This record gives sequence, structure tokens and C-alpha cells, in this order.
Amino acid sequence: MAELFELFSMPFMQKAFLAGILTGYIASFYGVFVVQRGLSFLGSGLAHAAFGGVALGILLDLEPLYISIPFTILVATGITYVKQKSILGSDTAVGIFFSLSVALGIIFLSLKRTLTTDAFSYLFGSVLSVSNADLVIIGILTILSAATWPLWGRIAYASLDREMAKSEKVPVKKDDYIIAVILSVSIVVSIKLVGIILIASFLVIPAASARMISSTFRQMTLLSVFFGILGAFSGLILSYIADLPAGASIVLFQSGIFLVTMLFRKF
Amino acid sequence: MNPAVSVKNLSVNFHEHTVLDNISFKLPDRSFTVIVGPNGSGKSTLIRSLLGIIEPEKGEIRIYDRTPSGINPEWMGYVPQTKTLDRNFPGIALELVVSGLRRSWPFFIKQNEKEKAQSALSRVGALHLSNRPLTRLSGGELQRIYLARSIIHNPRIILLDEPMTGIDAAGEADSYRLFDELNKDMTLIMVTHDLETAFHHASHVMVLNKKLIGYGKPEECLTGECLRIAFGHVGHSHPRLKGAADG
Repeated sequence: MAELFELFSMPFMQKAFLAGILTGYIASFYGVFVVQRGLSFLGSGLAHAAFGGVALGILLDLEPLYISIPFTILVATGITYVKQKSILGSDTAVGIFFSLSVALGIIFLSLKRTLTTDAFSYLFGSVLSVSNADLVIIGILTILSAATWPLWGRIAYASLDREMAKSEKVPVKKDDYIIAVILSVSIVVSIKLVGIILIASFLVIPAASARMISSTFRQMTLLSVFFGILGAFSGLILSYIADLPAGASIVLFQSGIFLVTMLFRKF
Repeated sequence: MNPAVSVKNLSVNFHEHTVLDNISFKLPDRSFTVIVGPNGSGKSTLIRSLLGIIEPEKGEIRIYDRTPSGINPEWMGYVPQTKTLDRNFPGIALELVVSGLRRSWPFFIKQNEKEKAQSALSRVGALHLSNRPLTRLSGGELQRIYLARSIIHNPRIILLDEPMTGIDAAGEADSYRLFDELNKDMTLIMVTHDLETAFHHASHVMVLNKKLIGYGKPEECLTGECLRIAFGHVGHSHPRLKGAADG
């Protein structure tokens, strides 16, 4: 118990918890659209796009998150544009931009020609790396994401039946861009804590767990947010107590929740 | 009286392929028009053009004297093909009907919305399905829910895109009784592959194969020549159609 008090009294852990709760909320809230629309690969693709942005930030000696946000949004917009304007499928469009972003990231890091250990903290995430400035960015982006909350019903509706939504003048193509931008933001804000490699799980696992035991989309959204925050919170405690990496601990917890919901559905 | 739908010289192309070629027709108010034609004949494209989803290259569409984009959305109901629906979406029938009121998925359902939805469900004989998950609705039940959704605003016109797909014979008979009932107050336009329907229920038939092959009353339009041009042959068992084909 004393260990837990100690955990919550440490400033770096307080920042990590705050970042975990906020990012857990954003990612799991929009994750329901990722799961329902089958966009998991887009999540992975955008995480790798974020790597390209982080690497560019490191090369330019600028805050990597500042660079990664516009970079990832640009890639997300490119993927959506190619998907809408060409005969290529969504996974192909993601695959092209995914590879391009990683290739650019590798080139940017190789051009740096000095030690780039910083890049590893972005790849795997770290509780120690969440600064006050990061929290401000995460907070602002959380507020901006929350501002798109009124679009929930419209995007959900188009997720159910895109043709019907189109017939009723729902701007489904514009909403595709909005979703891509929101997912980019969700990914970038979570990078510091979870790391690029595991970030897609933040979008997918809480929402998939919620889907297992929900009969309505509202229920799925609320449960997804609950699981997202619970996973982040519990994962950080596990990370501290067992001295494990934060991102991996959170994903471990999220996966545990998924397993329980699967068993719950089965029995 | 002004027609419900007036289409003049409508042409639609996809990737340089002509899908609809210079089509013109007028549908009377409270008519029940069935659109028939082979696969790829442009039936669904015509429906999508009337809905304003597709911008035609050429031509003019007027629905109750308005353009498809300018029409009051509440005037028009639409029953889409159920194949475009995500059958794994977590939702219940009542929510799907309420989504017709808002054109978005409901987070909370207000009491007046619930009453309107239940009234529409009751009208199509599906009130008992209100709380059933979409994943557990049969094809026929889902079509009924879509129909309830399409009439929730009491529209002037309903467009039905192959509504009988996946429905058994008993369900079909029920659906046509319902369409006949709705047709007393509303104009219906239905895409179907079932030529018999045209004889028994439609006031007008449109035979389409990229071009408008024939349009008029069923007995005038479904002639052997008309069907041969549209389908290339008359492969239908209905005695009246056989007669038409022979004639």
C-alpha cells in the first residue's frame, strides 16, 4: 500500500498517469470507429508515419512531437486521398505510405550522424519521457479531439451503412479525412508513453474488448473509453511495481481485458 | 398535375463507360413504378441519381419540382440494398429507425423520437422487433426495419432498391401488401428483378438497359419485343410474360 502512495506522489508518475488517462481516453474513444470500420491497418500505418515525423524532428533538432503531428496528418490525408481517388484498396494505400514514412524516418535518422538514442524512447515509449510541455500538447489535443464529439453520431451512422448515409447527404468523404486526422492526433499524443511500435493497440484493443460485450454502439463507445483508461492506469501501476516498460505493460493489461471480455461473451 | 419525378435527357458515365444514356421520363404522383432490367443496366445508378448521390454528366432531374440536392430530405424515403449494411454493427432496430429522423446514429433517444419510431415500426408490422439487435435480424426483418425508417417522416416518395433480396415467398407477399398500402399516399419507385411484380402491383413499368427501352403501364410495356431488347431473351415463366413474348 505504501508503495502505491509513493507511486502517486512522484511527479514523473503523476505526469505519466495524466498522460495515460488522456491518451487512453482519446485513442479508445475513436478506436471504436477503427474497429467498426476495419481500419486497424490504418492505425498501424499512421503509427509508422509518426516515426517518420519523429525522425524529422530529431534531424532538425526540433521537438519531435511538433513535427510528428503535421507529418502524420499529412500522411493520413495522403492515404485518404489515394483511397478515394484511385482504384486501390485502403490497405494498399496504407501500405504505400507506411513504407514511405518508415523509409524517410530511416534516412532522416541516418542523416543525423550523431547518437540518436532519443529515437528509441519514441519507438518503445517511456514514463520518464513525459514532460510538462508534452502534457500541455496532450491536453490541447485532447480538447481539440473532444470538440469533434458531436460528429460521433454522423460517423457512426456512416460506419453502419455508407451508401445510406451518402443518400442522405452525410458528407462521408469529408468525414473520412476528419477520422484520419483525429486518428493521427490520437496516435501522436500517445507516442511518448506507449511508443510507436505498440501504439496501434491503444486504438484497437479497448474498442475490440468493448465490442465483445456491447449490444449498442453507445455502450461500445463508453466501455471502450473505460477499458482504455483502465488499461492505461493499471498498466502504469504494473510498470512501476514490476519495473517493466510502460507501453508494454499497458498493452498487456489491455490484452487481459480483451481475454476476459471474450470469455464473458462465450459463457 | 405536376409529375412526381421528371427526368430529361439523363446521361451518367463511370470511367468513360456509359451507364445511363439519354433517358427521359415522367412519373405521375402516387404511381408505383417498377424498374426492371438485366444486371448492369443502370437501375441502381438511376436510383442513386434520383437520390442525388451521383451527379449526372448531362440532363435534368426534378422531384416534385426540386432538384435532388434541393429537395427537402423529409420528402424522400430510401430503402437501400441491405448488402451495404455492416451486419456486425452493434445496434438495435429502434436505433436504426431513429437514425432516419436525425440522419445520424443516436447516442440517446428522446421520448418523442421513440414514439415516432415505434409508430413507423407499428405501421410496417415490426413493432415487436424494436429492441432486437441488428445482428439477429433476418433479411426480411431488416427490410421491414428499413421501410419503417424510410416512412418515419411520412415522405411523398419512397425509392426501394431491390428490397426483396433474401426474402422468402411469404415475406414477399407481406411486403407487397405493405407497398400497396403505402402507395395510397406515396409515390413508390422500386428496382427489382422480379417481372411478375410489375404485372401484379405496379402502375407503371420501366424497362432499362442503359437506355430506356420501354416505359408505361405493365401490359403496354412488358411486350416481347421490349424484353428481348432489354434482356436479349424472354426467360420468364409467368404466363402473361410468355404471352407477351409470343405476341
